[in-house]
Amino acid sequence: MATKAKAFAPRKPRDRRHWYQAVFALGLNAWIPSWFKGEIFQGGVKGLCVPALNCYSCPSAMGACPIGAMQTFFAGLRFNLSIAEKKFGLYVAGSMAAVGSAVGRMPCGWVCPFGYIQELFYKIPSPKLKIPHLMTYFRYVVLVTMVVALPLLIVDQFGYGQTWFCKWICPAGTLEAGIPLILIKADLRPLVGFMYYWKLGLLALFVGWFVFSQRPFCRTVCPLGAFWGLFNRVSLFRMAVDDEKCTLCDKCYKDCPVEIKIYEKANSPDCVRCLRCVSSCKFGAISYEFLGKKEVSPDLRVKKPA
Amino acid sequence: MKRKLPWILLAASLVVMVAGLLFGEYRTVLEKAVTVCLDCIGIG
Repeated sequence: MATKAKAFAPRKPRDRRHWYQAVFALGLNAWIPSWFKGEIFQGGVKGLCVPALNCYSCPSAMGACPIGAMQTFFAGLRFNLSIAEKKFGLYVAGSMAAVGSAVGRMPCGWVCPFGYIQELFYKIPSPKLKIPHLMTYFRYVVLVTMVVALPLLIVDQFGYGQTWFCKWICPAGTLEAGIPLILIKADLRPLVGFMYYWKLGLLALFVGWFVFSQRPFCRTVCPLGAFWGLFNRVSLFRMAVDDEKCTLCDKCYKDCPVEIKIYEKANSPDCVRCLRCVSSCKFGAISYEFLGKKEVSPDLRVKKPA
Repeated sequence: MKRKLPWILLAASLVVMVAGLLFGEYRTVLEKAVTVCLDCIGIG
């Protein structure tokens, strides 16, 4: 009898994603000796763009942040200056687009350490707030203005632009690099001024928001997520919803870390492809497809007919 | 092949990436990445 009761007990969705997120967060920032030496990792692999918003000035960062790298190219791209580099950032744009073409926004849900941090803060018990959908469009404004237009168009007296997003907004840079470097490098402390406190204040506001809302930075501000989200509809990896099996029970919506109704738009640019909905749908209505292989919930896949 | 667009996009992305590598952009990214980014940490 007891065995029967156990067999019919509702299953909790199998979500081992946090282990992947933890491994990627550590893997992308694996050069721990840098923390003790008071410097940042300077190995030759650091020119590789990582598929995440992970600041390359984090002491242990192993790779380059694609958003920071892209702005650097745009800030230095000047045709009217003979000394300026005529490099367009093709390597960075190409690698970002290659990831997007393959899996869309999936790295946001599985790889990005800053996304993981937001999910951890959201576990703190508190009243929870939904984010109005209109606010999610702001990330495109950030992408177009702070990452592309302003670094290209606004120049200093020497004719060079700035990395506007990194300088004025990026809370990942403050958390992963700003705070640690000021702590471990005494020679940087005299340089702390208004900008540092601005970024510290912005980080504090975001961290507060992380507790109350699900992934607010990813959904409303992150330019990398905005870019990859554009590929969700056309990437090799695809989400699919079977209308005949879907009962509109909204279980997927309740479990979704970015609060989308996947049955309305299976490949929404907001979806971070964490696949939580696939395992939470007890009707097997949600599936994903990659390279011709279609998968439904692992729980449902092994279920034997009664 | 049912869906060609993702493959075309992927191939185009890789071509763009390789073109960037041939223009020496890896070194540019590396030079930026191994230097403390003062803008990123808020003291730039």
